[in-house]
Parts: sequence; C-alpha cells; structure tokens
Amino acid sequence: MNYNWNWGILFEEPYFDWLVSGVEWTLFVSAVAWIIAFSLGSIVGVARTVDSVPIRAVATAYVELFRNIPLIVQMFLWFYVVPEMVPDDWGRWMKRDMPFPEATSAIFCLGTYTASRVAEQVRAGIESIPVGQRAAGLAMGLTTVQVYRYLLVPVGYRIIVPPLTSEFLTIFKNSSLALTIGVAELLYQARQIENYTFQGFEAFTSVTLIYLVLTMIVVALMVSVEEKTKIPGYGIQKDK
Amino acid sequence: MIEFKNVNKWYGTFQVLKECTSSVKKGEVVVICGPSGSGKSTLIKCVNGLEPFQEGEISVDGVSVGAKETNLPKLRSQIGMVFQNFELFPHKTAMQNICLAQIKVLGRSEDEANTRGQELLDRVGLGDLGYKYPSQLSGGQQQRVAIARGLAMDPIAMLFDEPTSALDPEMINEVLDVMQQLAKSGMTMMVVTHEMGFARRVADRVIFMDEGEIVEDATTDDFFGKPHSDRAQLFLSKILEH
Ligand SMILES: Nc1ncnc2c1ncn2[C@@H]1O[C@H](COP(=O)(O)OP(=O)(O)O)[C@@H](O)[C@H]1O
Ligand SMILES: [Mg+2]
Repeated sequence: MNYNWNWGILFEEPYFDWLVSGVEWTLFVSAVAWIIAFSLGSIVGVARTVDSVPIRAVATAYVELFRNIPLIVQMFLWFYVVPEMVPDDWGRWMKRDMPFPEATSAIFCLGTYTASRVAEQVRAGIESIPVGQRAAGLAMGLTTVQVYRYLLVPVGYRIIVPPLTSEFLTIFKNSSLALTIGVAELLYQARQIENYTFQGFEAFTSVTLIYLVLTMIVVALMVSVEEKTKIPGYGIQKDK
Repeated sequence: MIEFKNVNKWYGTFQVLKECTSSVKKGEVVVICGPSGSGKSTLIKCVNGLEPFQEGEISVDGVSVGAKETNLPKLRSQIGMVFQNFELFPHKTAMQNICLAQIKVLGRSEDEANTRGQELLDRVGLGDLGYKYPSQLSGGQQQRVAIARGLAMDPIAMLFDEPTSALDPEMINEVLDVMQQLAKSGMTMMVVTHEMGFARRVADRVIFMDEGEIVEDATTDDFFGKPHSDRAQLFLSKILEH
C-alpha cells in the first residue's frame, strides 16, 4: 500500500478549525440532548411507577415507542417526515425558520430517544427499593409526592448512577448519527477532511482519539458523582 | 380510641379480613397474634389507611379512616408505625430519619426537630448515634431509631408490625424494653408479635386471629389462663414450645 502519511495536515487550516467545530457540535448536541433525556426520562420513569393506571399507560407507551424504533430511522422521521405531517405553518417553521434545523432536529431526536432509555433506568431504580420504604414514608404522613421527592427519587437515582453513566456515554456515540441529516459534528468533519485531503486515516484516527478522550472525561465525571452521592455503609449489605 | 366495626377486606376474590370487630381504648396495649398469613399485618395497616378495605368501618379518635373526605396524610401523621424490617431511609442519618416528617409534615423548624430528635434518641438509648447511617447500625439499634422516628410525631397511638421478627435473638430484648417503657408511659399501642412473654408482661388485651377472623379477643389474664378456642390453643402450644 502506498499511503502518504501526513499527520501535520490535521493542524493545517481549515482542517484544524473543522475538527474544533466538529468537537463543539458533538459536545453541544450531546449535552443538550442529555439534558432533555435526563429531565424527560426522569418524568417518564417516575410516571411508570405511580399508582394511576392511565399515567402509567402513557409512560409505557412512550418508552415502547421510542426505544423500539432504530435511532437512525427516528433521525429521518424527525427531520424529513414530521415537518410534512404537522400543520403547514409549523412544517415551514421547522424546515426554514427554526434555528439550525438539522442540529435542532438531531438534539430533539437524540434527547427523546435517550429519554426512553433513561426512563427505564429510573423505573428500575425506583422499583428496586423495597415497597416497605414507600409504606414507611406514607405512614408518617408524607404525601405521595413527598415520598417520591424525599425518599424514592434520591435513593433510586443513587442506585442507577452506573447505568446512567453508560447512557450518557452512549449519547456521545449516538450523536455521530446526526451526520446523516447533515449536522457538522465530529464524524461529519472527519469525512469532510477525507474528501478534501484524501488523508482519511489521520482524520478518522484523530476523531477516534477525540471520542475516547470525551468518554474518559464523562466517566471521570460520573465516578465523582457516584462518590459524592454514595450512602455511607450502603451497598455492603445490598446483596442481602 | 381505635374502633373496628365489621371490617371486611378482599384481595381479588380472597377474603383476607372477615367481619373484624374490636376496639382499643386510650392508653391500652393490645397484642395481636396468630399464624402467619392470618391477616394481622393487613388489619393494622387498615388502621392508618395503608391498606384500603371494602366493607365496615374503622375510626381513630373519632375520624373515619375509610371515609373519602378524610385527610389521610394528616391522620397518619398522628399514628406512629414500626415495621418488621425497620424501613429506615438508607440515605439519611438516624437523626435525619427522625427529623424528616417533623419538618415536612408538622412544619417544625430544623432546630425544634433536632431537639426533639435528640430527646428521643436519648430515650431509646442511642443518644450519641444520631449521626450514623442505618447501615452502620445493628438491627436492634435500627429498630429503636424507627421507634424514635414514630414517636417524634407525638402520635396518639403506635402500631407495631412484628417489630422483633427480623432481629437476631440477642437484640430482641433491647427493642422490647423500649416498647415496654413506652407502654408504661401510657401510649396506646397495637402490637403484632409472637413474643408471648412480652404480651403477658405488657399487654392489657390479646387478640388472636386466624384466617382473617378475630377468633379471640380477651384480657391478657383470660387469654393465657383459659383460651377458649381450639385454634388459639393449638397456636399457643406451638409457640410456647420454643
Ligand atoms: N398485596 C396482596 N395481594 C394479595 N394477597 C395478599 C397481599 N398482601 C397479603 N396478602 C395475603 O393476605 C393474607 C394475610 O396477609 P398478612 O396480613 O400479611 O398476614 P400476617 O401478617 O398475619 O402474616 C395472606 O394470605 C397473604 O398471602
Ligand atoms: Mg405480617
């Protein structure tokens, strides 16, 4: 194979700028999508554990719908199909007037999809708490909302920090699918550099390393969250 | 103070309580015993509305538990409950466990709640362990914290559901002692327990349940002196052998 290695090209303009901008978009899309995923997922996850049958049914439907359609299909649906299905004014707004239509669609798609996965973790966390805890809270006069706020949610979330970490990581990796609808995130920029310079190996290697560094930062962040929220002595007897 | 009138409850088609009628006077200590699955837990959970029932009436201090207009959280805040598995909140220290409902339900300030909490921790013999988390305490200590947590609400009655069944034998007495003191102080108590020694020493009355029915409802002396039913007799002979 006769390949001309040229690592220096990554630091030449405009390629360096492209990479930086790719990192920025990846971070932005992932972070905002995570905020949506975490908030919406928390609400849906809690809703799946309440007594009210209709509320539970809606939450379950949400999870099944979003979790079971492949993410890339959802990307296309949000970007190409939904604008055609909503009233004309909205559709026009989504395609033209909405700021950064591609990125906004991608964020929304990634956020609502990941929310369904976060919801499942939240539900599992809350359901793993013995039912007696809820009874004890109610027995002392707390309302159901207070029982969730002071007891079930704080304990449930502590239990699910590790699986939430992996959802958080997945959102970074999944954000690369945004390139399919034209968001200029990291992977998109790598392909663009390859197209312009034919230095695909350098471009993709550097992108791989960048993803690696990003995920390591996330892991470190979440480990410190786990440390901070740890319940002293808890877990020693957890498997009892 | 606590009145049951013809209480019937079903889980689906399975009738778990059958025509339960009894009453507990102010300051009275009533022990409920009976074979496992006879409906003891269900009965006392009906008292504070943790379990709904379909027929009959239960009232606590004149308030009907089953009535739609009853403010259940308020009623519950006046009735302390102690569970078999303690049910302390794992992410809160012993003191925080005792303070939570004082602050969130009764609206006490943190200082007031802490002061009351310290008094009660002293009373159950754990005055210097308030900073510990539940998992750092022994079972007996956890159950005493749970009792203090119930008392912190200044309840008009206390319910106990097998408070010593999950404890190692050497810890049972420290919990029973606290309960005995509490009874002596005049607290109205309903206690589900198989500790017949405790029943003899502390109870004013003993209720014996079997298959959802109140089979015996007698003064302690009568109950241990001359049980009337074969079922109670059989149960007692089994339990006293141990
Ligand atoms: N949530 C429930 N659903 C169906 N059956 C139940 C439920 N809770 C308790 N039971 C049944 O009701 C009966 C009485 O239970 P319980 O009051 O816990 O008995 P005890 O405390 O005397 O051991 C048991 O047969 C039990 O299996
Ligand atoms: Mg029971």
